[in-house]
Amino acid sequence: MFQNKFLYFKANLAFSLFFLFIISSTNLFADTELLKVNWKFQGITGKFDRSSLQRGYQVYNEVCSSCHSMRLLSYRNLGEKGGPEFSADQVKAIAATFEVTDGPDNQGEMFTRPGKPSDKFVLPYPNVQASTAANGGAYPPDMSVLVKARKGGANYIYSVLMGYDEPPQDFKLEEGVYYNKYMDGNKIKMSKPLLDGSVDYVDGTNATEDQMAKDVTVFLTWAADPHLEARHKTGVKVLIFLIILTGLVYLSMKRLWSRIDPEV
Amino acid sequence: MSDHTYTPSSKFGKWFNDRLPLLSLSAHFREYPTPKNLNYWWTFGAILTFCLVAQIATGIVLAMHYVAHADLAFDSIEHIMRDVNYGWLLRYLHSNGSSMFFLAVYVHIFRSLFYGSHKSPREIIWILGVLIYILMMATAFMGYVLPWGQMSFWAATVITNLFTAIPLIGESITTWFWGGYAVDNPTLNRFYSLHYLVPFLILGLVILHIWALHVPGNNNPTGIEIKQPSKGTIPFHPHITIKDLFALLVFLIIFLGFVFFSPDVLGHPDNYIPANPMVTPYHIVPEWYLLPFYAILRSVPDKLGGVVLLFASLLILLALPWLDRSKVRSAVFRPIYKQFFWLFVIDILVLGYMGAMPAEGTYLLIARIGTAYYFLHFLIILPFVSLVEKTDPLPASISEPVLTEKDKSDVSE
Repeated sequence: MFQNKFLYFKANLAFSLFFLFIISSTNLFADTELLKVNWKFQGITGKFDRSSLQRGYQVYNEVCSSCHSMRLLSYRNLGEKGGPEFSADQVKAIAATFEVTDGPDNQGEMFTRPGKPSDKFVLPYPNVQASTAANGGAYPPDMSVLVKARKGGANYIYSVLMGYDEPPQDFKLEEGVYYNKYMDGNKIKMSKPLLDGSVDYVDGTNATEDQMAKDVTVFLTWAADPHLEARHKTGVKVLIFLIILTGLVYLSMKRLWSRIDPEV
Repeated sequence: MSDHTYTPSSKFGKWFNDRLPLLSLSAHFREYPTPKNLNYWWTFGAILTFCLVAQIATGIVLAMHYVAHADLAFDSIEHIMRDVNYGWLLRYLHSNGSSMFFLAVYVHIFRSLFYGSHKSPREIIWILGVLIYILMMATAFMGYVLPWGQMSFWAATVITNLFTAIPLIGESITTWFWGGYAVDNPTLNRFYSLHYLVPFLILGLVILHIWALHVPGNNNPTGIEIKQPSKGTIPFHPHITIKDLFALLVFLIIFLGFVFFSPDVLGHPDNYIPANPMVTPYHIVPEWYLLPFYAILRSVPDKLGGVVLLFASLLILLALPWLDRSKVRSAVFRPIYKQFFWLFVIDILVLGYMGAMPAEGTYLLIARIGTAYYFLHFLIILPFVSLVEKTDPLPASISEPVLTEKDKSDVSE
């Protein structure tokens, strides 16, 4: 008996170590401690704050989108469930503010027309090279899946936005490079993008640097993971179902196995 | 076994069964005598079968939407994640499914090592299992390349570059393998084709694996042979089916916990950056389940040496039934082997950790010691221990430990 208990203890220990190892091996290179925010979309029932998403789109549209593309999103996404949920009319109005190149027409000519909800977000530059050339040799990354593509996710994006500071005395910065506490090597080629009052929020919220950084991070998190809410909602239902089913199967198993004569 | 004695009750059933004995086969699976003392470590066979079927099912649907082209692959995955109905669920099931598949296969393999399931008369089952494991690694690696993110591209570059280490023909073999002079669209296309093919080879091997298992029957925690099929065994259905089902459901709770609430934690963020041959990531790491072998590969300063050691570390598993010569199967009755078993588990975990770290300084030194110990375990420790070890007395039957434990508790009361 003792032998067995000891064995199980060791097996459990090995198993837990194994799990810890899996989880930690994905986080081995996190160096600087990031700023942590209690996001509403975290946790198994996490949801996006609808008004924060709408404000975040405003920040993206008025500040970020002049350099950063978002090529995987369409204007229709802004009206879809689990997103900013602008009304159908609002989405049409937003899309119509952009000029989209379409064509070729019957004459073989390209032409421009106002955007439609089915159009992809209009790119700020025609291609990566143009974008890089216009930004001092540093390509402003596409923001469609940016939150998933960075260790630390939303906290990382928020930290970088809030991480602009005066460089230490002996820190050397080249022309067009800025100091940021959370960037790799503490150098970033993007100038501080958010200053208090950079945007005039439609809903009247006070546009502080912190407020805008949070809102745009929420928006980018949704953009990278548009089905987060559906995923959480389905997940809770599926797991409740599975746990009940597992309990029932366990009881049936006990019943079946109790019929086996242990002496045979 | 009992399949030859089965007679269907209906006339049509008899007519059909005489021509294709499917009914006999299903009767065999119902009646298959299974040791009644199997613990939960034995449920992973069923869990693995589920994993394989689930990967194939989700994979086939993903293949309907995926585009295997260097310019389109990344976006087609995002199309699945965003616009295909429940595409996010299918894709997360498939990507997390591979991690869970490997988690289960590692438990299955270490269970076999602990209870001596690889020993006579089950060597062929073990060898088939090792082949399945190697094909699984190949499939998982090729699947990881398909999203054509940064890690996909660079993992493919690092691993296929290994073939350049082959003397004389290395360069031309690698060019042939790539379909060009670097990892590019032709490489992606053939990886996709093979990623679709190999799982069906695995399925074939799994059928052989189960067939070979049903010849001698299951090993069990005591490791002793069951003399008469009637004594100490129970029919597979319903006793084992319901136990396997229960274990599978618990496994699914963990699996789906990852899928719904932390679907990207097992992946690498860099794979959400489209592949870029001009930019090398800081650390190129494979998925967690390949890390121990990655550590072995990098622990040799010479490229060819590393490749040889990598393949040796896998092929040595095929010889295991003949390296461990102890007649006693279960580590429960092998006091010395038991200690070395746990040391080996720790060695694999240490190697895995080192595989995730940069290959330099202390990390490299520890990886080298871990690699040396890996081979020491198989080539020296196992043959030597099985020679000198004084094993504990074996029970007369698998029912006996149950009785003695009860007797003990009677005495203590």
